Amino acid sequence: MKREFPLFLTAVIGLFMILSFFVPHQAVSVPADFLQQCAVIVVAFGYVLGGANVLRVNFDGIYKRQADWPYKIVLAGSLLVTLFFGLKEGRAWQETSSVSMWIYNQLYSPMSATMFALLAFFIASAAFRAFRIRTVEAGLLAAAALIVMLGRVPLGDVFTQWLPEPLRLGAVQDWIMNFPQNAAKRAILIGAAMGVMATGLRVILGIERSYLGGGE
Amino acid sequence: MNLSAIEKLDRRWLFAIMGLLVLGPLVRPIGLPLKATEPSRKFHAAIEAVPDGSTILMACDFDPGGKPELVPMTKTALRHLFDKKCKVLITCLWPGGSGLVSQTISEVVAEYTAKGVPLVDGTDYVFLGYKAGNEAVMVLMGQGITNAFPRDNRGHDTATMPIMRQVRDYSSFPLLVNISAGYPGTKEWVQQVNSRFHLPMISGCTAVSAPEYYPYLQSGQLRGLLGGMAGAAEYETLRSEKGSATKGMDAQSLAHVFVALCILMGNVVQWTKQGGRRA
Repeated sequence: MKREFPLFLTAVIGLFMILSFFVPHQAVSVPADFLQQCAVIVVAFGYVLGGANVLRVNFDGIYKRQADWPYKIVLAGSLLVTLFFGLKEGRAWQETSSVSMWIYNQLYSPMSATMFALLAFFIASAAFRAFRIRTVEAGLLAAAALIVMLGRVPLGDVFTQWLPEPLRLGAVQDWIMNFPQNAAKRAILIGAAMGVMATGLRVILGIERSYLGGGE
Repeated sequence: MNLSAIEKLDRRWLFAIMGLLVLGPLVRPIGLPLKATEPSRKFHAAIEAVPDGSTILMACDFDPGGKPELVPMTKTALRHLFDKKCKVLITCLWPGGSGLVSQTISEVVAEYTAKGVPLVDGTDYVFLGYKAGNEAVMVLMGQGITNAFPRDNRGHDTATMPIMRQVRDYSSFPLLVNISAGYPGTKEWVQQVNSRFHLPMISGCTAVSAPEYYPYLQSGQLRGLLGGMAGAAEYETLRSEKGSATKGMDAQSLAHVFVALCILMGNVVQWTKQGGRRA
């Protein structure tokens, strides 16, 4: 019963939600709305569970003096401080003078942007050390990458201004994006969509049970 | 220069050169000429085609990580819509994004106030804030916008707002403008809203995710696409604005050229070494 009931619930709700996609009648759409709202509430609870789990895992790591445990103190401390001020200030957190907004603007925002900005430096280093053209395929990849990279920025057209319009880097870059890239991407999308449909069906039919956890 | 010296080059030199190439043009812009590509022109044309005074849904799905690429295009799109006297409903499905989106809206509204065109929260625009649930929220909005967002970002009741008088569900909007940094974002809006509720949509996204959305552009599911800072700069050019994306394109140009040179240099060293061994 412990496993059968969740499987039964998944199958019934899964089939019902598929039905709601094709049947707009109130008898189907009203319960489907209710289930959608339930999903939103469950996701919101997921954040609470996630937060509690982060604290549990990190406090455990600090207690056992695991590798890099001082960083865990920073993480857990930051979470608790942000949570404290968020709860204390409530909706007023968006006021420019609030502590939560200060944390958001002065800590979260620059740190988040820094993570992305670092990519430029590491890409330069990786391009120099790791992007080796050893095969024809790697050569094609490198040629496409160079054309798209230079064609996407104004300098690309400046460099090739002497060429006829269709041969300039910008135009060639457009062609690569619109045809070879698009064809490959579409094939990947169709393949992934079929995979998702197959997995969905396996879950609804109770063949795929890994989401229940615990193992067989 | 000795090629083996290049091979052993300390990567901190690469970091320093990259830093200077990015910093230099930001301090002293070069002013490279910008030309709008077809996807950007389509994005611009899609907003132009919206009747003046319409109510538009704008989904800002990003957080501070995407700020340099996505905030400039968000601001330009907001200005474009406000210039057309459109009313804008803004949502955010990224937990870390509501603060940034709220600030971006405030900055654009302040510009209009300074110009003597005050925009009223709840009448000309409303930021509905963040809602957890990703695709479930998108589908829920299809059953009613106030149903999914009973309160706005500041906790005001949305049902009583003047802007919501004409709004029921997705059928109330002629266009969805999505600014996306990843998941949930453009792909999910196309799959859950464009396909299901037939709401025309356009997208502005980070450069890294733009190739993923090209099939949607070619199929007509997306009516326009801005890819990264380059797309934002092209949009600014089409709007005759000189925003931060246009200023950033000089730096990005030099950074791209430097990365291209790094790839070439690395391989030249490799080929030279192999040639030496064979000889």
